[in-house]
Amino acid sequence: MSEDASAMRQIPLPARLRSIDPAVAIAFGCIILLLLGGSLYSSNFLSPDYLMQQLKVASFLGVIATGMMAVILLGQIDLSVPWVVTTGAMMACAATAYGTTGAVLAIPFGILCGAAIGFINGIAVAYLRIPSMIITLATNAVAQGLMVVYTGGFSPQDSASAAMRFLATGYTIPGLPNGVLVWLLVGLFAVFLLTRTTFGRALYAIGNRERAAYMSGINTRRITLLAFIISGGLSALGGVLLAGYASKASQSMGDAYLLPSIAAVVLGGTHVLGGKGSYLGTVAGVILITLLQSILSVMQIEEAGRQLIYGAVIIGMLLLYGRQKVS
Amino acid sequence: MSRQATGEWRYWYVQQKGTLFAALLFILMFIIYVSNHPAGFTPNVVQTAANKATLLAFVAMAQCFVVITSGIDLSIGMILVLCNCLASWLVVGTPLQTGLGVIAVLLTGLACGLLNGLVIIFGRLQPIVTTIATSAVFYGLALLLRPTPGGSVNEDLADTFTSKLFGLIPASLVVLALVVLVIWLPFSRSVLGRTAYAVGSAENAAYMSAMPVKRAKLAAYALAGLLSAIGGLYLTFFSYTGEAAFASGNAYTLYSIAAVVLGGVSLAGGKGSAVGAVFGALAFRTIGDLLFVFDLDPLWQPLFQGVVLMLAVSIGCIGLSRVRNRLEWFQ
Repeated sequence: MSEDASAMRQIPLPARLRSIDPAVAIAFGCIILLLLGGSLYSSNFLSPDYLMQQLKVASFLGVIATGMMAVILLGQIDLSVPWVVTTGAMMACAATAYGTTGAVLAIPFGILCGAAIGFINGIAVAYLRIPSMIITLATNAVAQGLMVVYTGGFSPQDSASAAMRFLATGYTIPGLPNGVLVWLLVGLFAVFLLTRTTFGRALYAIGNRERAAYMSGINTRRITLLAFIISGGLSALGGVLLAGYASKASQSMGDAYLLPSIAAVVLGGTHVLGGKGSYLGTVAGVILITLLQSILSVMQIEEAGRQLIYGAVIIGMLLLYGRQKVS
Repeated sequence: MSRQATGEWRYWYVQQKGTLFAALLFILMFIIYVSNHPAGFTPNVVQTAANKATLLAFVAMAQCFVVITSGIDLSIGMILVLCNCLASWLVVGTPLQTGLGVIAVLLTGLACGLLNGLVIIFGRLQPIVTTIATSAVFYGLALLLRPTPGGSVNEDLADTFTSKLFGLIPASLVVLALVVLVIWLPFSRSVLGRTAYAVGSAENAAYMSAMPVKRAKLAAYALAGLLSAIGGLYLTFFSYTGEAAFASGNAYTLYSIAAVVLGGVSLAGGKGSAVGAVFGALAFRTIGDLLFVFDLDPLWQPLFQGVVLMLAVSIGCIGLSRVRNRLEWFQ
């Protein structure tokens, strides 16, 4: 009754504005604030070159965060990102060393390795009902162990194939880096999956209440498995792009991507417990985090300060709009 | 009467099954370890093994406090690293200075835990995301304190805490036992401790029974911070330096979860005990050390520990075969 009354008293907004998630709006608002704040420090921040460069850096995180979003929408989490990224990069580089066939198959092989780890995660979470937080930590450790054994503890000597370098740094369309193009394609596909397919609707349904989804005839286990495979594959694709960007793979190259990928998804308004969120929000989160990192490093704040500010900003923003309802 | 007594025993057995399993596993692993060790069962071998395991035991106990309330603390490793860096500055000098330094380090750990708890409980955020974010903050602080590895520690104190008492019992084990006695036992028997268990198994029910839900959760997170700080102190006692190492912080977080799972603490909350977590940590450590006595390449150690962790967490799914109704999967 009182709710109705308060709803009546609200000023009616146009339908288009009302449908925007406040979290997404806040995230985009923060992006603009960051850019304005940065432009006070240096006028370069608003130049198209700088913005395109930021988009290029953001594309790696964007691809990884897309996979993370699929898993978070389910109400699960994928903590195996760091070493899946590294595995994807290392395996793609390793395949490159095997002549022409290897170089051609490098990118698919890297992604396939990531998808395989995702498959293990998915089987464990969906069919063995092991909490995703725990099993993905374990597969992360196993992937790390495998890579340490493979490389002998040193940075591998293999370098990225020409195709990988082209994918990360080349230009197919003038002015638009290929990395951004890849992210755009992945993003469009994700939007299509999330909004236009039964798979996408099932992700939201399971995230809301898995029991109900199961009772309505959704094969919840297969959907969960698929989401984890997608997450693993996209993490590995992110690793392949990173290896192409740096023209080689290295140990711990993925460590810097776990917190940002989760933070990007959550800052974009996707509910941590699943069932709610839009891809636009994730895009906003990814750009927000990339800009924040970039501005902190342009201002020449040391690693220590960057970590501090970074953690504090994420908690601050979550406190703004990520809070759970009182039960 | 006797029937009632056996009933009590059964109840105790069911409650402590996880702990007993962890203890048995540890004893078995330790026997394999010692019988293959070139030096055999001597106080020195036990001392080395104990010193290595205590560190892990402290972080496992810390994780256990939080896991019982069905939360998780992914910042434990970074609190340990932060306290290690702080201790390498403060725990030096005269006995008085050293003592104050130790207290300061412990209070810092407690404060870190309190921060986690406050944000999670009063900010109503998810423990996973919150503690990943706070771990970035703690790591930043640690880097501020120690941009490059260095520092020192009061070596007399360090040697006392890592030596043998009466030339026989490792001091680290005594400290571990004392911590269990002074922190875990009073906590688990207090209203707060019982509430922590109740929150872990059914938070709404605990709330409806007028139990101090928020205080219990806060206490769990704060004590987890304190125990991680003790772990950080011990790390300083072994290494004599402070180092803001990102990888080792993450590794301790990971191992704390593995140890807790091995120790029979349910990740869903409400089940298990810190004693089990301690045994889980000892067992996990011994499994890692088995590689050395069998003379395997140290390169294989991360893989081996990863596989052990994976098997350990998969133990829980055996219960699935007993589920009669598929709907019970989705709880």
